[in-house]
Amino acid sequence: MNTVTEEVKSKKPQWAMVIDLDRCTGCEACVVACRVENNIPTVGPEEAAKGRSINWIRIERYVEGEFPDVKVKFMPVLCQHCEEAPCEPVCPVYATYHTDEGLNAQVYNRCVGTRYCANNCPYTVRFFNFFDPKWDAPLEKALNPEVSVRTRGVMEKCTFCIQRIRKGEEKAKDEGRDVRDGDVVPACVQTCTTKAMYFGNIADPESEVSRLSKSNRATRLLEDLGTKPRVIYLNKGD
Amino acid sequence: MELRGYKLPPEGRTTNRAKQKYEMSANRLSDSKINSDLLGPVNKPGRGWYATIIASSLVVLTAAGALGYQFRNGLGVWGINRPVFWALDITNFVFWIGISHAGTLISAILRVTGAEWRRPVTRCAEAITVFALMIGAMFPIIHLGRPQFFYWLVPYPNERGLWPNFRSPLAWDFFAINTYLLGSIIYLYLPLIPDLALLRNKSRGLLKRFYGALSLGWSGTALQWDRLERAVKVMAVVIIPVAISVHTIVSWDFAMTIRPMWHSTMFGPYFVAGAIFSGIAALILAMAIIRRVFHLEQYLRPIHFNNLGLLLLTMSLIWFYFTFGEYLTAWYGNEPEEMAVFNSKISGSYAPLFWASVICCFIIPAPLLAIKRLRTIKGTMIASALIVVGMWLERFLIIVPTLTHPKLTFNWGTYAPTWVEIALTAGTFGYFVLLYAIFTRLFPIIAIWEYKEGLSIEAPQKDASPEVTPRLEGATS
Repeated sequence: MNTVTEEVKSKKPQWAMVIDLDRCTGCEACVVACRVENNIPTVGPEEAAKGRSINWIRIERYVEGEFPDVKVKFMPVLCQHCEEAPCEPVCPVYATYHTDEGLNAQVYNRCVGTRYCANNCPYTVRFFNFFDPKWDAPLEKALNPEVSVRTRGVMEKCTFCIQRIRKGEEKAKDEGRDVRDGDVVPACVQTCTTKAMYFGNIADPESEVSRLSKSNRATRLLEDLGTKPRVIYLNKGD
Repeated sequence: MELRGYKLPPEGRTTNRAKQKYEMSANRLSDSKINSDLLGPVNKPGRGWYATIIASSLVVLTAAGALGYQFRNGLGVWGINRPVFWALDITNFVFWIGISHAGTLISAILRVTGAEWRRPVTRCAEAITVFALMIGAMFPIIHLGRPQFFYWLVPYPNERGLWPNFRSPLAWDFFAINTYLLGSIIYLYLPLIPDLALLRNKSRGLLKRFYGALSLGWSGTALQWDRLERAVKVMAVVIIPVAISVHTIVSWDFAMTIRPMWHSTMFGPYFVAGAIFSGIAALILAMAIIRRVFHLEQYLRPIHFNNLGLLLLTMSLIWFYFTFGEYLTAWYGNEPEEMAVFNSKISGSYAPLFWASVICCFIIPAPLLAIKRLRTIKGTMIASALIVVGMWLERFLIIVPTLTHPKLTFNWGTYAPTWVEIALTAGTFGYFVLLYAIFTRLFPIIAIWEYKEGLSIEAPQKDASPEVTPRLEGATS
């Protein structure tokens, strides 16, 4: 099932996420947690209807079968942090680039807003700030001081909670050891009510994500494109 | 009928070549008549000119207002959304860069191949190139989320040690378009120098200083003519690969991505062919209007429209061939992601626009241009107007239907333009007309010395009267 083979040269941890679709109930707690953690602006219903809403993670629904014999499946979709990310080479100013930790980084203050990256993302997980960011009261008083607020005209997307990754790495460094499971828990993973999401260092053979990624239930979104996503879905396929 | 020793060949024995020769030589006018005719628009532009300036200025002002509104409020005032991140902005960009191929490329090819009939056509074409490029090149800047930082694409040394990303087709665009703009300005300017000297000699006061500075001290010596001709020849050869590379790179903005119906090896030549196609159409329209407004019927003759019409017909056939090939392979491949885009154009929500584009670019113009009786000035004008519309639609249809149909079906979206985008689109046409009208007021739109040179090549005068020795023109200051 899992046909992606990777050669990682970097000695740094390689961050990856595993999402067990068989456990996902589509409750959208991850969506709310992400919003609060990452200072994601609210755009209001009219703009959302125009396709201007920003959701770094969102739940997509698949309805299978004919009524009344239907089955609804849920799929949380976020930036796949591809190892061969199509969004990266097209940016003319290096606002999006690949870190040696396998993260697909977005530098807000370098972005000029060509939106080319968004056009070349096969997962459509990149978001543009069409207007100045705003929050419905009193949400503007609850902004996370560890995450920058993005200005109008720049792209943004899931960072795998880079602020939490940095904290976890620093903690491990202080304790004089390598990062291990539990050091870094992104907001969505922390909030998942059914524990359907896992996060960790896929280069560490002992980690949970590494073990799960070898499962015969493991699959990646649009795997045939060769983008080598670092988000792995587990799906029984029934 | 006899005109300065030129006889019309007897009926029934006229070859096309003889006819063409006659057509050109029948127009043998005196030197002063040529000067006054071709400098007419500069000296006395007429009422139509002022009306054009006022009308196009109003359109441009509306567009400028829309642009100000957009800069103040953000790109949200456009109809773009997720997943349609590009729409009319990039349509206009590709369209105008395409129109720019009218000029320099056509003029350069005609010059290099020594097509004598080109003489009254070249400058009309070269001016189109420069203005269309300026307008097209505006869009990649104004469509940015943060247009104030567009210069970050320039590889300038800075304290952060940052460079543009040379892997990005947008960075290639930046260099290609700037090279082409610079090249086509030089290519417009060089053959303008002798005419600028003529204007300098004929004007007074501030204008004399203006033309004097621009004519770079041209006095018409043999050495100057030799250098000018060499420079023009070199530029004509150099500009052809530059022009072709520009639209190829524009097409690679799309072809380098992994989007269905964009990721095509054929896009380079397909875009270049489309560009030359729309460029010739724009040129014919411009020539027909200039001819009418400035009464240049003696200079822009049916033969020019006939020859350009034939070129236009060739490009129409090539355009159809590429479009057919592009869509047939997509259909035959039958991949679901490609078919989603394909079906939306052939029979889905974009079908009316798609078929309108095919009708405008091929179904009506091809017979109109192929049948000799219909290939008149009016006929080529109608075909050209349809082609300009059809090619704009074609650019739109390459961009938007692909963006509304991403690979994952739950991301599919729709697009409708807002008044801001429509005002900006109208503004591009207004701006083009405005710039072109101002150009005709300042500079002769038909190259005077080139035209006279053509006459002297056709029939070297024995008495070498100063009337028809254009090389001496401008020498007397």
